[in-house]
Amino acid sequence: MASSRQIIRKKDLGFWEKIYIPEILRGLRITLSHIFKKKSTYQYPDERFKPPPSFRGRPVLVEEHGTERCVACGLCSRVCPALAIEVQASETELEKERYPVKFEINMVRCIFCGFCEEVCPEEAIIMSQEYELVFNNQEEAVFGKDKLLIPAEQLHERLEFLRQYR
Amino acid sequence: MTVLIDIIKIVFIISSILTTVVVLVWLERRISAFMQDRIGPNRVGPFGLLQTSADVVKLLMKEDIVPKNAFKAIHDLAPIISIGVAFSTFAVIPFGNTIELFGEQVQLMIADVNVGILYILAITSLGVYGLTLAGWSSNNKYSLLGGLRSSAQMISYEISMGLSIIGVLMIAGTLRLDQIVLRQASYIGGWLPAWNIFLQPVAFVTFVVAAFAETNRLPFDLPEAEPELVGGYHTEYSGLKFGLFFLAEYANMITSSAIITTLFFGGWHFPYIDSVSISPFLLSLLQVGTFCAKVTLVLVFFIVIRWTLPRFRYDQLMNLGWKVMLPLALANVLATGFVILLTQ
Repeated sequence: MASSRQIIRKKDLGFWEKIYIPEILRGLRITLSHIFKKKSTYQYPDERFKPPPSFRGRPVLVEEHGTERCVACGLCSRVCPALAIEVQASETELEKERYPVKFEINMVRCIFCGFCEEVCPEEAIIMSQEYELVFNNQEEAVFGKDKLLIPAEQLHERLEFLRQYR
Repeated sequence: MTVLIDIIKIVFIISSILTTVVVLVWLERRISAFMQDRIGPNRVGPFGLLQTSADVVKLLMKEDIVPKNAFKAIHDLAPIISIGVAFSTFAVIPFGNTIELFGEQVQLMIADVNVGILYILAITSLGVYGLTLAGWSSNNKYSLLGGLRSSAQMISYEISMGLSIIGVLMIAGTLRLDQIVLRQASYIGGWLPAWNIFLQPVAFVTFVVAAFAETNRLPFDLPEAEPELVGGYHTEYSGLKFGLFFLAEYANMITSSAIITTLFFGGWHFPYIDSVSISPFLLSLLQVGTFCAKVTLVLVFFIVIRWTLPRFRYDQLMNLGWKVMLPLALANVLATGFVILLTQ
């Protein structure tokens, strides 16, 4: 297979290309023009990257009317390829009848694949736009319900995106 | 008294070279960043100007590592040769016309040698010893390859460098650098400064190319070619000794920019200033400033070229040196001779 591939190499340079100096000037024009272009650097701690709604940041639980949407079906836990999610279900007086007593995501294991969000029938776990995750030890990296629950109003960009494209 | 003046001049030159190197490293990093749509170092000090100083402090703190089977004495000697050569070249470069200070005529160059250019060529050829010995004494294949390349490259390009200078010398009729500058301080046809870049464009091109090769700057930085040879001749250097090589590279850049300025851009000559009446002292200061400005422009050109052109392959380098630059420089010498013969 490899031998049948043809390499086309332009060998016959013109006179002006052989002289080389005009080509150097052409190269200089390109590089010098970049000096005045807009820089793509973010000066990080001062200036933060605002991800688009399609960004898969840390997974969060959607909180609506003071309670989570989650019905503790455990699908996310089953689909998680890194086995990062642990759910314990219990019954409740609310209309949804079931709720998670314990919902933990081990952020050291999470690979941000977004399968949990895809599989969720209630749109209860979604990927947020947060990407700054820092821990000092393994215990701190296990996020419980206190850290995972985020009011739906703060997540409307992602919810809107899912509604449009899923 | 003259000794004192000489010492003052030496201190002035060395300290200004060191300061320029600090600014130059910062400038190179900023310019390269801007050319790549980045920002570059801008945190330490105003506009990041103190970044280099911080790096120097870091280098001084680093451990000095010498490889197990290295030749210790030569390993230590090599950076000293490099830095010594880099600094001593500047001794004969005039950075201004004679100036009158406290009733004494002071010439603004350290040593008024009557074979100034020969001195420069001789000293810069010594520079190759620093690199080759560094490569050989490190007991490392990459270092050795870097050292070999540097010796081959420097020898090839020194020839075209020397030959391209000959054209300039034939026009000037002297080897003294201050005379060469004075010779350029006139006008062709009454308006164009008689700088050698206009009189000797071919020599200018060959000399600049050779200067790039002599200072090991891209596109001719084969002795240190990071992607192929790790770090080339300075692979096994760390701490202060690496810092010396780094300093020598940039000091060499400044020196060769100064030589290019002196030989081809009229040195300290400020065009059309003679038609304005100005006090002699102010004029001298202005000439020193002109020299510095010209050197800075050439340095920026060095940097810009580095981030524009890719590195040459080794055979391309040799082809260019022996098959293009050498005949070109020779032809230039012949043509200059003919023109001088016809016009006299």
